[in-house]
Amino acid sequence: MREIVIRTEHLTRKLFGEVPVTLVEDAGLEIRRGEFVVITGPSGSGKSSLLYLLGLLDMPTSGTLWMNGENVSAYSEDKLAELRLAELGFVFQFHFLLPEFSALENVMLPMKRLGRMSDKQIRTRAVSLLTDLGLEEQQHKLPHQLSGGQSQRVAIARALANDPLLILADEPTGNLDSASSENVENILKELAHLHHRAVAVVTHETRFATAADRVINIVDGRIQD
Amino acid sequence: MRLLASIALKHLLARKRQSLVSLLGIVLGVAFFLTISSLMQGSEKDFIRRLIDNLPHIFVTDTYRNPSLQPVERFYNGKGAIEVRSVKPVTETRGIRGYEQIVDYLRSLSGVEASPVLAGQGVLSFAGKNTALSLDGMIPEDIKDVVTIQDYMISGSIGDLIANPNGIVLGAELMRTFSLQRGDNITVTAPTGQVRTFKILGVFRTGRSEYDLNHGFVSLKRMQSLMNRPHRANTIIVKLPDPYRARAIAADLESRIGYKSISWQESSEDLMSTLAIRNIIMYSVVSSVLIVAAFGIYNVISTVVMEKHRDIAILKSMGFLARDIQRIFLIQGLILGIIGSLLGLPLGSALMYALMQVEFKPPGSTQVIVMPLDWGWMQFAIASGFALSAALIAAFLPARKGSRVQPVDILRGGV
Repeated sequence: MREIVIRTEHLTRKLFGEVPVTLVEDAGLEIRRGEFVVITGPSGSGKSSLLYLLGLLDMPTSGTLWMNGENVSAYSEDKLAELRLAELGFVFQFHFLLPEFSALENVMLPMKRLGRMSDKQIRTRAVSLLTDLGLEEQQHKLPHQLSGGQSQRVAIARALANDPLLILADEPTGNLDSASSENVENILKELAHLHHRAVAVVTHETRFATAADRVINIVDGRIQD
Repeated sequence: MRLLASIALKHLLARKRQSLVSLLGIVLGVAFFLTISSLMQGSEKDFIRRLIDNLPHIFVTDTYRNPSLQPVERFYNGKGAIEVRSVKPVTETRGIRGYEQIVDYLRSLSGVEASPVLAGQGVLSFAGKNTALSLDGMIPEDIKDVVTIQDYMISGSIGDLIANPNGIVLGAELMRTFSLQRGDNITVTAPTGQVRTFKILGVFRTGRSEYDLNHGFVSLKRMQSLMNRPHRANTIIVKLPDPYRARAIAADLESRIGYKSISWQESSEDLMSTLAIRNIIMYSVVSSVLIVAAFGIYNVISTVVMEKHRDIAILKSMGFLARDIQRIFLIQGLILGIIGSLLGLPLGSALMYALMQVEFKPPGSTQVIVMPLDWGWMQFAIASGFALSAALIAAFLPARKGSRVQPVDILRGGV
């Protein structure tokens, strides 16, 4: 068995407003290296909330989360940010590229922030990531000059920049046409199967589910067996 | 840090027009701040220079700051309930005892000039008319080193008193009211009852009509005999190479000789506090220009923060820390502050240069007035320092707000 990248036990996230809402309840799961996991469920079921918890963007109300065997539930915000920087990669539905920066610069950002490589190495790696995703020609374009599919591939390149353990994607194909969707889906699948990264994708597209190693179905914040 | 600065710069460049407008605010603020503060500083220095030139830097009087303790009080030193009433000092010839030694001591200090004066009152009589006269008995050879009266002579000279010890120098106003001519003889009656005749050897006009009307100069020896106070002077006038050390030197002198020694700062305390108030008013008015400019910075940076919620969310999800985000926006304030200062200072200098060209004559004045501008580096430092801190403070609030954006809130909301 490959090693576990992320593991949760009794993970619960509630919002305490005038009307308290339970986003995720008692979620226990584990994702291993090289696994392509799809989290699916009806809209409002809490699948994105679970992803944010796995991505350390949100803190659970209760429950425990281990990353790489370490309990990170009580980590400070700064320590979580450092973990996200080094170990996690995100791909969102709305691309979220920085509009003032070219495709290449967007991919270079996380590497520059991590600061483990020289500027030259960073540039070389960013170019090769973009080239791998077929964006060599587009590297100097600004986000608004790119198509939806291209933008999403830049976002994937950026998510891969610091060579993360776990890639989390939230409806990565939600805004794409079917050809681009298939392309993105294949890239994510390859990342898991060929490059042995853990990939978790939140989607309500059934096509993803058929390609997945494992499907986690969520209804009303609870993982269904 | 370089990465954060490049993000900050891109944000500002993406909003060129808005950034430019807020930059212009800082530029104008710095320029006005610099010009007005240098004008105020210049006029203050000009004012103090005139004050210092016309006043002795220190004058030693023949009085004591605190009356001396009675022997019984000294003996019990506050330990007993003693009250001594109706103390009458021993009758003595008033004046500074051993003034020559004090003057010699003062002159032994490098660059210090000192001259003894016996000042007193007299009544001038001429052609049946009388007027009270403040008389300064001084050593004509030395007096020009410590006071500027020689500069105001319109006829004759203080030095003429050396040749003719029976001479007197009077003010132009008095000469006019009493229809006196240089060379005329006048009679002065002292409070002691002594009467002396003096020959008018010189006339001065200081422009202060009161002074020109009731002031006169005679030689010290004549004054001493007129006042019946031989070998006494009641004032020592001191001029220092560095007038701003007057306070310290006066205090030192007083502790040595016991006589009350008053520095020019002490004697013009009211004026000095007026100047301080004027400075406070000036700095608050000029600062308001920069505060308004700071609102421009606040405006542009909070707009950027608002528009950049998505970017902040993505940067944070990528692993940027809250303080990285805060720094990005603080750097933006700093950039605007630095560029604003860099452009504002030359503009302010140009304004200052233009003001220096202005010359005018207020109605009724004989002097052409030029703007006294202070080109000291302090003005430049204060103006740019204030601009930078205003920019940083203005950036701080939106920066803090930006750093608190929670990525999940933005991601949940979609766009």
